[in-house]
Amino acid sequence: MTDQEALFEYLLRLGDSTLILGHRISEWCGHAPVLEEDIALANTALDLIGQTQMWLGLAAEVEGAGRSADELAMLRDVWDFRNLLLVEQPNGDFGQTMMRQCLFDAFHIELLTALSQSDDNRIAGISAKALKEVTYHLDRSSETVIGLGDGTEESHRRMQAALDLLWPYVGEMVTPDAVDTAMHAAGIAPDLTALRARFDTRIDAILTDATLVKPDSTYAQTGGKTGFRHSEHLGHLLTQMQWLQRAYPGAAW
Amino acid sequence: MYAQMITSEATQDDPEKLTTFQARIDSGEKIEPKDWMPEGYRKTLIRQIGQHAHSEIVGQLPEGNWITRAPTLERKAILLAKVQDEAGHGLYLYGAAETLGVSRDELTEMLLDGRMKYSSIFNYPTLTWADMGAVGLLVDGAAIMNQVPLQRTSYGPYSRAMIRICKEESFHQRQGYHIMMKMAQGTTAQKKMAQDALNRFWYPSLMMFGPSDKDSVHSAQSMAWKIKMNTNDELRQKFVDQTVPQAEFLGLTVPDKTLRWNEDKGGYDFAEPDWSEFFDVIKGNGPCNTERLAARNKAWDDGAWVRDGLMAHAAKKRAAKLAAE
Amino acid sequence: MSQEWPLWEVFIRGQHGLNHRHVGSLHAADAEMALKNARDVYTRRNEGVSIWVVEAAHITASSPSDKGPLYEPSESKVYRHPTFFDIPDDAGHM
Repeated sequence: MTDQEALFEYLLRLGDSTLILGHRISEWCGHAPVLEEDIALANTALDLIGQTQMWLGLAAEVEGAGRSADELAMLRDVWDFRNLLLVEQPNGDFGQTMMRQCLFDAFHIELLTALSQSDDNRIAGISAKALKEVTYHLDRSSETVIGLGDGTEESHRRMQAALDLLWPYVGEMVTPDAVDTAMHAAGIAPDLTALRARFDTRIDAILTDATLVKPDSTYAQTGGKTGFRHSEHLGHLLTQMQWLQRAYPGAAW
Repeated sequence: MYAQMITSEATQDDPEKLTTFQARIDSGEKIEPKDWMPEGYRKTLIRQIGQHAHSEIVGQLPEGNWITRAPTLERKAILLAKVQDEAGHGLYLYGAAETLGVSRDELTEMLLDGRMKYSSIFNYPTLTWADMGAVGLLVDGAAIMNQVPLQRTSYGPYSRAMIRICKEESFHQRQGYHIMMKMAQGTTAQKKMAQDALNRFWYPSLMMFGPSDKDSVHSAQSMAWKIKMNTNDELRQKFVDQTVPQAEFLGLTVPDKTLRWNEDKGGYDFAEPDWSEFFDVIKGNGPCNTERLAARNKAWDDGAWVRDGLMAHAAKKRAAKLAAE
Repeated sequence: MSQEWPLWEVFIRGQHGLNHRHVGSLHAADAEMALKNARDVYTRRNEGVSIWVVEAAHITASSPSDKGPLYEPSESKVYRHPTFFDIPDDAGHM
């Protein structure tokens, strides 16, 4: 893998993760537990879609094959996607959605903090802008996880179940692989092992306030960011997301 | 309109107070929450603002139906922002209704069990991407006809909500028209899709204004109170006059063979929609009534544990803070 | 029906340093959530840089019957308004 290929891969990881998570959250629009949440969720989704446009736009530029951000989003199949497994998991109930959000946000904020110091100015620029948005995302998702974890017996039970369900997808975010290591060596991306420690500190504090118990297991599902083995959910998501572009090739919308 | 067929409540108040009240309205004063108002005025407003709010909330669903299938990242963001605005508009309107002594939860319960209605238009399905264009062009176009004059309505909180809504709505119709434009200039399939959407949404849009109310006592009362600013026929005519040239500019055909420009009245002659269909939809027999209400009920029921959970946490926090002081 | 989240009134100060202005209301379980909700609901178009939220139940409003005594006295003090003073144009901008 050349440096340029590795960079392209890395940018897809960033852009595909925000794309798929933004898509998932947008599924809530019109169905949230309370109007204020409906509006807040849409704001988060809009931020993530905006970040996707920047990341995939840069990815397309780096690839240099004449593809646009939209083509990358709408015309690749499952095996070409590089998003984290966590973000393609279905919404489940509201608690599951907020737990997924909080776990991702706690990672995302650390990642963007580091990336805003990247040697690559384009990456640093996008990250600095996204970091402001994600700081608020985490503020909101962590407060909600804490509120629901500490709320009623039922809300506590549901949040613990969500944490147990999603915990196996945490490892992939914070465990470096060849691409991560190459990007770190090139001064573009942070050392994920060091990042993991900061992530753990954040999550531990949130879970303590939420009166939730972190699962014992360190087992991690993998295959999302490498594209080697996504979950079955991603294909269904893409079927919907890409349908118009696939059904009417070449049309402008 | 978003509030259709609102029956005004009869009022049995002190005639002297009524005269003073009417004089205030006639002179253009705003009525504010703590002012004296006839019981009929209050009840009619709750019904109208509530129905308007419900329409915004249920109105999220037909367009929300396409957020996950929007063809580009930008279209996805625009549509999501638009549907989010509708949630916001519902929220502002519920807020206005709440100043009249009814809670949002009470209004919601009345929507969910069918005691209160929402606009007939949202009981029609959105089947293709062109429907997002048609909804913008026709449904938002029709809504604006009604909402712009309502900024001058006599009830202060309602008027202020409408001002905010109109300011935000200004991009909605334009984004719809832009979608239609792209399709009308696009491939054969896209043109066909755009025409098909117009065909399906034309008459339901005309129904949004409600049946003719030129002889309705309810409308006369509401107009005297300035909570209804124009008759249904006036607004419908204005809508047709505005929309026909917009559709023609796109090269689309309005599905009405009788449509003619009438020089004498300076407007179009057009065919009335099938009012029996309208009454069926109002009664609950529209193509999507069942799904729309089921979706709202599900969101409300599934969300109960969340609302309760966050409320319980807030109470615990308060108690802890008190104990610490 | 379970207990409804309390109603909050929202006040926002825009970019230009004017006073906080009432923009509307919303529901939230507590003050922190009300602030966040206000940010999400009422600043979607970059409307503000500072938000106040007050639980609606804590607002004391003047009653309409006081309208005369409270506000009419100021109606007669037209000299408080700049347009009261007729200044010749030659005096320059003022």
